[in-house]
Amino acid sequence: MIKTDILIIGAGPCGLFTVFEAGLLKLRCHLVDALPITGGQLSEVYPKKPIYDIPGFPSILAGDLVKNLEEQIAPFKPGFTLGERAESIEKNAEDNFILTTNKGTQIEAPVIAIAGGLGCFEPRRLPIPNATDFEENGLEYMVKDPEKFRDKRLLIAGGGDSALDWTIELSQIASEVTLIHRRSSFRGALDSVEKVAELAKANKINLITEAQAVGINGNGKLNEVVVKQKTQGEMKIEVDYFLPFFGLTPKLGPISEWGLNITKNAIEVDTLDYSTNVPGIYAIGDINTYQGKLKLILCGFHEATLMVQSAFKRIHPEQKLSFKYTTVMGVNGFEE
Amino acid sequence: MSENIIKIKITDREGKQHEVEAPTDMNFNLMEICQAAGLPVKGTCGGMALCASCHCYVLSNHELKEPSEDEEDMLDQAFYVEDNSRLGCQIAISNDIDGLEVQLALVDDED
Repeated sequence: MIKTDILIIGAGPCGLFTVFEAGLLKLRCHLVDALPITGGQLSEVYPKKPIYDIPGFPSILAGDLVKNLEEQIAPFKPGFTLGERAESIEKNAEDNFILTTNKGTQIEAPVIAIAGGLGCFEPRRLPIPNATDFEENGLEYMVKDPEKFRDKRLLIAGGGDSALDWTIELSQIASEVTLIHRRSSFRGALDSVEKVAELAKANKINLITEAQAVGINGNGKLNEVVVKQKTQGEMKIEVDYFLPFFGLTPKLGPISEWGLNITKNAIEVDTLDYSTNVPGIYAIGDINTYQGKLKLILCGFHEATLMVQSAFKRIHPEQKLSFKYTTVMGVNGFEE
Repeated sequence: MSENIIKIKITDREGKQHEVEAPTDMNFNLMEICQAAGLPVKGTCGGMALCASCHCYVLSNHELKEPSEDEEDMLDQAFYVEDNSRLGCQIAISNDIDGLEVQLALVDDED
């Protein structure tokens, strides 16, 4: 089992910076994030967008801020469990939390800091009323094992890289691949767009543009997708699997079942130290709420800084903490 | 009617119509107006045209600025997109759109 001082849920800017402030107090951190990469929204949603309100940076690209934060926290050797969603928590005999991820990884820590942003990123699901009935029954939002689709008839929807890449790859093993997209232009990488056009020209795939899925049918298992094409109207396409790739969207997820006080998808905290109603669990950044809350990265940094002071007292109640400036003390990282 | 206040009619996802007033001198966009009116529009990305939670249909004949490529790219990731689909966060509240009528589209991250 992984053991640490502060278990941080969410490796976005706020979670990353927590490692630095905790490290100054000689506290170790381990981060868990549902995404396979660090940076949270900054990496997943807007890596190429400039941010103008990070103190000292007149303008910085979101992706660069993540890189800088990683460099800044590197001396404190944080642990990472990426691509796994924090699922459940329990207490052990020593009164520490044990967190279990959806893949069964377990991490033990006396303090949990939830820096979960807007929640964990999950595939954007179809708002078609009966769609949930077909999840894992022909409706697949993710490709876990491509072999599942060998010799099957597939309908793929979307215009980004996921839709294009899977169309190209799965066209080699599936018996039939149809790609539908709402426009005639694609936003995916140019060489993928060209490859898909070639496959369509060679009749290796069916490409239907200006078309969208409007319904799904089946009896227990999905067997037909209703597609609306701009000029041809509605058509029914018989398939074994329907794979819509409409990007990712954040969901609060399992955290909502941890007994925390939640208002409007945000965790209530005491602004004294950003503690929640569950002793030992803190919430910082976009995921918390309090009077006057602003969802700003810079506010999250402030919250992280005050939070680790409180976490220190909790972890080492017998020790006195004297406040030191980095300018005086420098940054003394961990050896291992 | 004050000259800096316009009226917008918003039909929610249950088909109920709401008439809301919106100030034109505060740099608001339609997504924010929906939120202020307590309508279920999440605005997850904060108005960067990066989440489609404010996807709506423009029902009236107002001439709006053409959607940008970013907005079109994001609409690719929305559902039930029509010719009159827009992202509310990309519609600036100005005097030109007084009387605008919109309808909220179905989204997956409604609570």
